Amino acid sequence: MKWTRMLPGRGRGQTGEEGEDAPARYSFDSQDLMEWIRRYGVLILFAALFVTLIFASDSFLSFRNLLNILNQNAPLAMIAMAGTLVIISGGFDLSTGSIFCVSAVAAAWMGDAGYEVLGLLLAPFVGLALGLLNGLIITGLKVHSFLATLATSLVYRGMAILITGGSLISLFGNDTFSVLGRGRIWDINYVVFILLAVFALLTFFLNRTVAGRHIYAVGGNPMAATLSGVRNSRIQALTFMLSGLAAGLAGVITVSRVGTGSAQMGLGMELQAIAAIILGGTSIYGGEGAVWRSFTGVMLLALINNGFNILSVNPFYKDLTTGAIIVFAVALSAGKKRR
Amino acid sequence: MASAVSGISVALEGVSKRFGATQALDDINLRIGEGHIHALVGENGAGKSTLGKIIGGIYIPDRGEFLLDGEPVGKWDPPAALAAGIATIQQELSLVPRRSVAENVFLGIERSRLGVLSGIQRERYEELESEVGFGIPPEAEVGSLRLADQQKVEVLRALARRARMIVMDEPTSSLTKDETDRLHEIMDRLRGEGRTIVYVSHFLDDVLEVADTVTIMRDGIITRTGPSSDETKQSLIEGMLGRTFEATFPEVPPVAVDAPVVLEVEGLTGEIPRDISFQVREGEIVALAGLVGSGRTEVARLVFGADAAQSGTIRLDGEEIPRLRPRTAIDKGIVMLPEDRRHLGLVMTQNVRENISLPRLRAFSQGGRVSRAEERGAVRETIDRLNIVPPDPEGELQFYSGGNQQKSLFGKWTLHKPRVILLDEPTRGVDIGAKRSIYDAVAETAAGGSAVLLISSELEEVVRLSHRILLMSEGRIIGEMDSERASVSEVLRHLFDAGRSAA
Repeated sequence: MKWTRMLPGRGRGQTGEEGEDAPARYSFDSQDLMEWIRRYGVLILFAALFVTLIFASDSFLSFRNLLNILNQNAPLAMIAMAGTLVIISGGFDLSTGSIFCVSAVAAAWMGDAGYEVLGLLLAPFVGLALGLLNGLIITGLKVHSFLATLATSLVYRGMAILITGGSLISLFGNDTFSVLGRGRIWDINYVVFILLAVFALLTFFLNRTVAGRHIYAVGGNPMAATLSGVRNSRIQALTFMLSGLAAGLAGVITVSRVGTGSAQMGLGMELQAIAAIILGGTSIYGGEGAVWRSFTGVMLLALINNGFNILSVNPFYKDLTTGAIIVFAVALSAGKKRR
Repeated sequence: MASAVSGISVALEGVSKRFGATQALDDINLRIGEGHIHALVGENGAGKSTLGKIIGGIYIPDRGEFLLDGEPVGKWDPPAALAAGIATIQQELSLVPRRSVAENVFLGIERSRLGVLSGIQRERYEELESEVGFGIPPEAEVGSLRLADQQKVEVLRALARRARMIVMDEPTSSLTKDETDRLHEIMDRLRGEGRTIVYVSHFLDDVLEVADTVTIMRDGIITRTGPSSDETKQSLIEGMLGRTFEATFPEVPPVAVDAPVVLEVEGLTGEIPRDISFQVREGEIVALAGLVGSGRTEVARLVFGADAAQSGTIRLDGEEIPRLRPRTAIDKGIVMLPEDRRHLGLVMTQNVRENISLPRLRAFSQGGRVSRAEERGAVRETIDRLNIVPPDPEGELQFYSGGNQQKSLFGKWTLHKPRVILLDEPTRGVDIGAKRSIYDAVAETAAGGSAVLLISSELEEVVRLSHRILLMSEGRIIGEMDSERASVSEVLRHLFDAGRSAA
């Protein structure tokens, strides 16, 4: 009785021939429970791991440790959250790691030339521009986004190598440059606030704006979207721009924090971000998903990491555990499709 | 004649099949004899293709018995059918276009040793080819062949599997007259070898030319089965009609004498449509009738801007409008309800509200921000107006019945009063109750001053729900009828007459 109120699976009561006189269902239904678990699986996993870590370690549940987790994973979370929009619209962005790197080294390069603040401010827009380029290639040349961004990830990585000249750009000890990554207010890193702002903005954008609604429609059924007057190309290009902007911002934050720009930054980050998005439960087929899911996905991965550290478990098992959890989560949500 | 192949007979007893709200087949009893060409004819949606697919194991009947040489069969699916010697050639050919003819013919029955291909495929192919003499080179890429030759590859594929019965579903629908004749020769030869052919077609002349036995279907039941020599084109058409009218129709209000022309199309030409000209006045419902493939849908898509026209002009309220795209068409008040709700009409991952408001989302938004309260209010009105059940704007559309999905699709395009609405099969696959609601909504939309273009394969709808009927065949408008004076059989006769004389 209590369950049906909160269970989203109630739709099944409507599958009747005409539905006209399908009775409302007010009974507990194990299928509904499964549906609920599928839908909120990532939260359940997250909560379970969170509670486990509280009991397993005294040092886990401290304000400082939790803030640190947020702070350290902010760049990845930004990329994953913006990347969610790309995946909902039916695309793939494999170039975020490279965009992250180009923006980072661009900021470092300007900082090295004495324009620290300008570099920090402008470099995220380098990401935006590279994302726009992705969007134009995909929609203009009609190249599948998977291939297009696989190719541009190489191109962008090459740009980063050209900017750095193959060596490191060190701004170590430059307090102006490190203000974005290390600065604090009320003992909390600026980065945490930026992260929360990005979360809120993307959530609002996706759920409350015309463009956001169109992103779901384009990914859910591109032909129906076109015939409904949605300009699919613009929507797709927009998602890649936002993904590029987020990757650029993440890159700038990171380089400001570590104080060194190198062309090796962000290697493999695009795959981590996609893993987190899928772990969160956003459909790889497009049309379904949410920003909070990817945020939770990143944090779940972060908890696994953190748990290995504070429990000093053999780190050899870390990748193995992470991979197994991703497979488990994806298999869980795949069950829904087969219904 | 000496039979090279041992015969096979199939009998259906009390077979029924239902798709959602549509009873596609209702208590069918049919026997298909050995060495015959047995034709199944009927209107669009009469159930002839469904019946063919049940014989081929592609559909599983809900009820009824399937007898093979007098014995009931157990599991009946395409592999089981093939094993028994029954092959199906579907309307949409199922070949692998980028591979060779020989590979396609032997696909799935390759000779191998431990998974490694063995034997000489070529010899095996030539053996087969010598039986039929189609003259298709085994190395040719299937995708590069003409459609008629691809069909031969399908026949070869059936023969390679030792098929004793071949079900052909509308095999001539995209063939020229010449190619059709050649296919008939092949069918004749296969029959001579003792094989049975089930020939599903809506081309009556073809059927009369080649079939031994004809089964006439109507609304999922068999009208009669008899030797084709006893039938004429006229008698077939009469057998296909004479239906009991199940759906009732609303009164269609007359068009005002001084009603202005809203939509004027002149010389519109695209991939299929050729030189299409017509007018629709305010409050008028003009129906576009034609057999499948006559280009009706394509006309609607050109007007809506979903496809690009090669030439022609479109005037809205007397003003010529430049090349449209769906977005600009919608903004001008021209909307199209597409024929396939699942693929073209609705986004099944979104809820009812999101689907209904999608084309006009900007009307509920300011500076890009959607006002959900306004949106929900408008959607709720639409739900009430069309009696969509369950009446929940947040309902998950993918779980709704076909009728309520179709009503939602109609609501999506009438959320704001359209100037012109193009309805492509607005009641396809819905039950009678939903049909009536949609008919009422169509009549109301017209009465509200919209110009309506109605495309439907259900001739009853075409005749009873319109003011005028435009007859289409092979991409052209071949005539016009006044709905007041037209009858379903008349419309059908015109369409069938045109069907072959033009080819």
